[in-house]
Amino acid sequence: MSAPVVVDTQDISKPSKGHKKAELATGQANWIVKVFIIILCVVWLVPAVGVLFTSFRFEDDAKSTGWWTVITNFTNYGWTFSNYTEAWETAQLGPAFLNSLAIALPATFIPILIAAFAAYAFTFMEFKGRDTLFIIIVSLLVVPNYVAFVPILRVYKSTGLSGFPTVWLAHVGFGMSLAIYLFRTYMSTLPRSVIESAKIDGASDYQTFYKLVLPMSVPVIASFAIFQFLWVWNDLLVALVFLGPGDMAPITVATSQLMGQRQTGWNLVTAAGILTAVLPIVIFLALQRYFVRGLTAGSVKG
Amino acid sequence: MFMQLINTLLTVAAGIVAALALFWVLNKVVELLPGSLQYTLKPYAFILPAFLAITLYLAYPAVLTVVDSFKTKVNFPAEKWVGFQNYSKLFGTDQFLQALLNTVLWVIIVPAVSIALGLAIAVLVDRLHPKAEKTAKTVIFLPMAISAVAAATIWRFVYSYQVEGQPQVGLLNALWTSTGAEPVFWLGTTEFRLNSILLMIMMLWSQIGYSMVLLSSAVKSVPTETLEAARIDGANERQSFFKVVVPQIWPTVITVFVTVTISVMKVFDIVYVMTRGTHDTSVIGMEFYVRFSQVNYGSASAIVVILMIAIIPLMIFQVRQFRREEANR
Repeated sequence: MSAPVVVDTQDISKPSKGHKKAELATGQANWIVKVFIIILCVVWLVPAVGVLFTSFRFEDDAKSTGWWTVITNFTNYGWTFSNYTEAWETAQLGPAFLNSLAIALPATFIPILIAAFAAYAFTFMEFKGRDTLFIIIVSLLVVPNYVAFVPILRVYKSTGLSGFPTVWLAHVGFGMSLAIYLFRTYMSTLPRSVIESAKIDGASDYQTFYKLVLPMSVPVIASFAIFQFLWVWNDLLVALVFLGPGDMAPITVATSQLMGQRQTGWNLVTAAGILTAVLPIVIFLALQRYFVRGLTAGSVKG
Repeated sequence: MFMQLINTLLTVAAGIVAALALFWVLNKVVELLPGSLQYTLKPYAFILPAFLAITLYLAYPAVLTVVDSFKTKVNFPAEKWVGFQNYSKLFGTDQFLQALLNTVLWVIIVPAVSIALGLAIAVLVDRLHPKAEKTAKTVIFLPMAISAVAAATIWRFVYSYQVEGQPQVGLLNALWTSTGAEPVFWLGTTEFRLNSILLMIMMLWSQIGYSMVLLSSAVKSVPTETLEAARIDGANERQSFFKVVVPQIWPTVITVFVTVTISVMKVFDIVYVMTRGTHDTSVIGMEFYVRFSQVNYGSASAIVVILMIAIIPLMIFQVRQFRREEANR
């Protein structure tokens, strides 16, 4: 399978088990390759390790010496947890963290529900204009969401809609094409005979959807759910446009405000960065398989 | 804090219940209809909410954006048509042209480097022990999970700068000054667009995992027989890679290229959190946001139209690719 979505082919959690690898080199990896990969991984991780260390250092320490100096004195070093409590309370990242949840959870659930219904109709029901409508959805997959901001802000102003629902609905709209496309691709691989025999037994479409198709589609729903949740959690632009900085700002906006203030010390900025990243990293490590599928599938999203 | 937690939970519940209620009502309404009509209309009821969402948030705004781009003072009583004035003004502004040039540089550099490095890593880790391969891939892919804001706390720290004499706590300046050189204000260094290139490095750091994962699965699916045949025919490693492997993974390379190109064209958060577009690092996504927050909607819309025109060829490619897949099904 290739563009726009690659769902089943990649899975970094189980590399090449079972089948013989198409190895380019006949032998094992030589030491040059090993050293190269090790250096690469170190280069990839070192900047992040610096942030992690700094987030546990006192402000004066962080200002006066580089974070790498602690390595020689790791166990006896004067670590502190105060940056996190300060970031959470004084810098208002606690409320921002909750705001991010309040934005991301419904913005994940609602599109799944809506798209699953639509994908069911596109896969298992006959109706006029079905293929044309579906092509329209696929073409809108890559329309940049920049198009929506000015017109939608105007709609929101004239209807008086404000607060979290403005962002939920925006993410529902932006995520819909991808969700329908993914769900339909998956549903069309389900055994048709099972669905048809259910209908012959007198099950309504509603029942077939809830009792058969939805449970069978759990893998693809999980992939999309993880992708969408992280997309919304990590989003900056949509939140800046519709919510802006303030009481309802999610953690991305709050952290970027904090970084924009000149006097904020690196100890605090790094703690904020860790708070912003901790949930995505936990999800990544726990659900790597679904995660990679979802993320690679969703990378085409506008 | 506790009150806010309760509030959060209530908001989440309300949103979810509203969505469920919508489908319940919709289904009930359709079931009130007589049998044959119900059969014809039910599919439309099922796709209606999805279609409303897409129409309201993508199709209708796309049309309106084109219309707005020919107006000035959009949303104000003095709103009026100005023809192509928004466009000619944009192309007459040095700031915008700089941003356009930067975006072109991003589009030239990032997708190419991402594929070259992603492919190199994919091929090399493939030779490792499976456990080592998994670990290396996890490390390279991990940055993709975190937001540009979180990544910016990492990279602003790496690039951070203190005046000479102050301790350099940023990694890059610490390494740089350890050679005896003076500290450099990296993100303000416009020579050879160095600061833009530093931002691109940040994007590559967070993005190469994507190229690597897709290209890796493509490399793994190259049949062993084709490689063995090439070797029997006397091909050396380089020949068998470029003549046997590369042609077979070419469709994936193109897919990755298109996807990365689209995301580079739209890049915004990296620039916003790292420099806010100062020191000539702006890109068109940033220029859009600047005009948007100045309530200069006509000009902002013109930028989006330019962006759409650049993306349309890629979009056509995506649709054609999709049709081909449907035909193969």
